[in-house]
Amino acid sequence: MSAQGISFESIQVGEALPALEIPVSVELIVSGAIATRDFFPGHHDPEAARKLGSRHIFMNILTSNGLVERYVGGWAGPEALIGEVKIRLGAPNYPGDIMTMTGEVSAKDEAARALTVQLRGSNSMGEHVSGQVTLLFAEGAMA
Amino acid sequence: MSEQNLSWLDEARALIGHEYGKVYAWDAVNQPMVRQWCEAMGVDNALYLDGVSAKARFGANVAPPTMLQVWVLAGLNGRFPEGSATDNPYEVLQIIERNGYPSVVAVNSEQSYRRYLKEGEKIAFTSQIESVSEEKTTGLGTGFFVTQLLNFYDEADALVGQMRFRLFKFRAPERARPADKPRRPLPGISDENRFFWDGLKDRKLKIQRCTACNTLRHPPGPACPDCHSLASDSVEVSGRGRIYSYSVVHHPTLPGVPQPNPVGLIELTEGVRVVAGLVDVDPAHIEIGREVEVDYLECADELVIPVFRPVGGA
Repeated sequence: MSAQGISFESIQVGEALPALEIPVSVELIVSGAIATRDFFPGHHDPEAARKLGSRHIFMNILTSNGLVERYVGGWAGPEALIGEVKIRLGAPNYPGDIMTMTGEVSAKDEAARALTVQLRGSNSMGEHVSGQVTLLFAEGAMA
Repeated sequence: MSEQNLSWLDEARALIGHEYGKVYAWDAVNQPMVRQWCEAMGVDNALYLDGVSAKARFGANVAPPTMLQVWVLAGLNGRFPEGSATDNPYEVLQIIERNGYPSVVAVNSEQSYRRYLKEGEKIAFTSQIESVSEEKTTGLGTGFFVTQLLNFYDEADALVGQMRFRLFKFRAPERARPADKPRRPLPGISDENRFFWDGLKDRKLKIQRCTACNTLRHPPGPACPDCHSLASDSVEVSGRGRIYSYSVVHHPTLPGVPQPNPVGLIELTEGVRVVAGLVDVDPAHIEIGREVEVDYLECADELVIPVFRPVGGA
């Protein structure tokens, strides 16, 4: 284990990531939407969201992507670079809910110095997001 | 699927592989947008934030890879910078929509990155429709999965990343319009009485039962009025009974509620009494002792309430 994050050598397939609970708030949804330049009204205007048949504003996909990076990247640390983020989208994230992120290492490629992490983020309605992230530890990766 | 349907679907599929774009980013990759994104997401990776780590590793500050698409979004005004293509990458979705599939939901987002983007670079993207599925029916409705592939390029036209985005363009199953259903005040639902309201949605009348002495009680409450036990479950009852008493409410009037509004105190054959609306009765001639049976009134907001009607008609 480095000062922050993991070391590629010590990680085994099957290792679980610590769970992370992310409270879903109006603040998170709105600041996430604006930080990703997504001004679709359903992500900041409750009235507009209701007209779309939603009970409240709902999280945009690029925020879900960012939270996946936060979860996996925060665990892996700054040495790990991200090669792929493949997610499947499910139940919406509404304010007041909690999204619990869980994950585990599903593959380790010694030659490429790459890890695959399977993850899911579940809220009270089911799986908001599930998918996989590829992490790269090779010298000069992603440069 | 009829011949007629095939022609528009062929029209839609003919657009597969057509390249749309290029569309340019408004802004070069920049630290203020990166920092604001990190704040919003709760990302504290030193690589993006300390101004040192990324320079040591990449020779420049870098952006979080999951910001890839952020750089090229149109923004609040919905316009792209000058020089961007103005063709419409969503023609396929419009064709499908015109043919009766108005709803859309995102299903998958798959991003892959060739390299990290550096501060100061301005990217651009092109897109194409990769596939349109056969007609499928899911829990949401019936429609088509449409997969779009976005290619992101740097200023030297080298590919820096890709994104595969899959949508389901569908129509929801036919249902009675909410406007057709009466709007009633919503009950206060707690852990104690949820079984009652959930049961009604399944067209079942359920009554709370003390598991210590088997006495039924209604409305649901924490303790048995007979033996004071706090243990209970619920049982489905026959839904048959007699009018024990009644009242006809003339005031106040409420939208969605009949006026006048006959309300019965029904003694079920199981012995317990339930207050509920009476239907198919003449409010002026309600007969105590009349045999009634339950029916289920579907209201707006997925609320189902019990009502009782005379057995064998009014």
